[in-house]
Amino acid sequence: MSIIKLLLKSPKFLIGFGLFVFLLLTAFIYPAVSTKDPLDMVGFMYEPPSSTFLLGTDNFGRDVFVELIHGMKSSIIIGLFSGLIATAIGITIGLFAGYKGGMVDNILNSITNIFLVIPPFVILILITVSIESRSLLTMGLVLGITSWPWTARAVRAQSLSLRNREHVDIARLNGASTFEIIVKEIMPYILSYIFMAFIIQVASAILSEAGISMLGLGPSNIVSLGTMLSWALLFGAVRSGAWWAFIPPTLVIALITFSLYIMNTGMDEVFNPQLRS
Amino acid sequence: MAQNTEEIIRVENLTKVFGSGKKAVKAVNKINFSIKRGEIVSLVGQSGSGKTTVTRLILRLLKETEGKIIFEGKDVTNIKSEEKKEYWKKVQAIFQDPYASFNIFSPVKKVLLDTFKLFNSSYSKKEKEKLICETLESVNLRPEEVVDKYPFELSGGQRQRIMIARAHLIRPQLLLADEPTSMIDANLRSGILELLLSLRDTDGCTIMFVTHDLGLAYYVSDRIFIMHEGEIVEEGSANKIITAPEHPYTKQLIKDVPKLSEEWLTS
Repeated sequence: MSIIKLLLKSPKFLIGFGLFVFLLLTAFIYPAVSTKDPLDMVGFMYEPPSSTFLLGTDNFGRDVFVELIHGMKSSIIIGLFSGLIATAIGITIGLFAGYKGGMVDNILNSITNIFLVIPPFVILILITVSIESRSLLTMGLVLGITSWPWTARAVRAQSLSLRNREHVDIARLNGASTFEIIVKEIMPYILSYIFMAFIIQVASAILSEAGISMLGLGPSNIVSLGTMLSWALLFGAVRSGAWWAFIPPTLVIALITFSLYIMNTGMDEVFNPQLRS
Repeated sequence: MAQNTEEIIRVENLTKVFGSGKKAVKAVNKINFSIKRGEIVSLVGQSGSGKTTVTRLILRLLKETEGKIIFEGKDVTNIKSEEKKEYWKKVQAIFQDPYASFNIFSPVKKVLLDTFKLFNSSYSKKEKEKLICETLESVNLRPEEVVDKYPFELSGGQRQRIMIARAHLIRPQLLLADEPTSMIDANLRSGILELLLSLRDTDGCTIMFVTHDLGLAYYVSDRIFIMHEGEIVEEGSANKIITAPEHPYTKQLIKDVPKLSEEWLTS
């Protein structure tokens, strides 16, 4: 209870949380109440912003504003889902490998290294071409299971250095189980780090999805911030001076990442008693 | 003194090698010693001599490469989780850095409540809290001032007192104190030492001090083991080690303690 109160007093957390909730609500409520289809070609190519089209039109003459909101929804779903999967796999493998050491570490570390040396994009392409229906969630899943190794490696390094701390020894001398030690003695110390890794995973999943979509292997018939950027790049939006085709999706990606980042800073200050003022 | 002739722990040919092949480091090399119940002994050596490794081996936080540890007549070298819990009820430790011994996310009360995990006890929460308060008082701390505090809100001396309170709560048979005063302000050291030594009288606890400070070892212990490069090079009563050292390393250590060497050279 007191933690929640403290969180609500942290301006950083409130700004980040407020912004994220605002983006989330916009992304989920607008498509539910508006009947506009983001794939409808309603104008000419690259019409500048006007009262009819708030953010102008893209290369296909689609309304950028409507695309942006729908794209935000798809990207948030893909980003969060992939981030959750990658972080969950990464911290589980990283924490166990680092804390257990020895054989367990050798095996888990080898698996991580195998995934690290194969370019994720190759795995991504191989998986995506073999899946017939590519929904948002399958995209998130595919991105998640290819992007966990960095988190695992970073978490392993942290837990390796933490396992020899005296408070971990004290916990062992108290008869705590391996699971209890990992969750109570090691995880709190790297929670902020884990959340940071999650944010980076979310942002990079949004961008990876853009790359995959550019190759035509993205979710079928769905607008995402990534596909918007791909189209802008492919159809020379920069050369044509059509800034409204690429700046809004870029800004939204930046805003999603920023809101999560500042939320993390605020949370760190609350959860880490040493940083509390 | 509660000391008698019954042996509480015996270490046979204990060896620990870190790494393998060319990179192998022999941290502890075939050491043998035994400690009697109620005795206070010191394991003295400089940094890197392997004394902390010995502590961790005895605590079963590390697996030995070779050798045996016999505790109360039973070989504890291969004990598994439940047996370890039983073992840790009897063998506990106090570490060097009173700050690192705390999880910074846990207030003092939580740190002390966690020790009850060792005893599948039927204590109610109130009884546990009462015991914690009594124990804190016994180490000269005011419970109401410290129980809800986080470790970084306490002084080094207070933190180490809480660690002693933790040991006192468990009432182990053997307490390993690894440099318990080296990170404490000089003026608070004697208070901490007195508290530790009092555990022998109140709980009948056998204590093994692990220290680099021969002077301190002399003042607190019945017997001293001198450790050098992973081996115990000399052992004997505190008096014998100081007045008639045999090994060159022990002589060197005595020279490094200015007061002691002056005192003994002139006497």
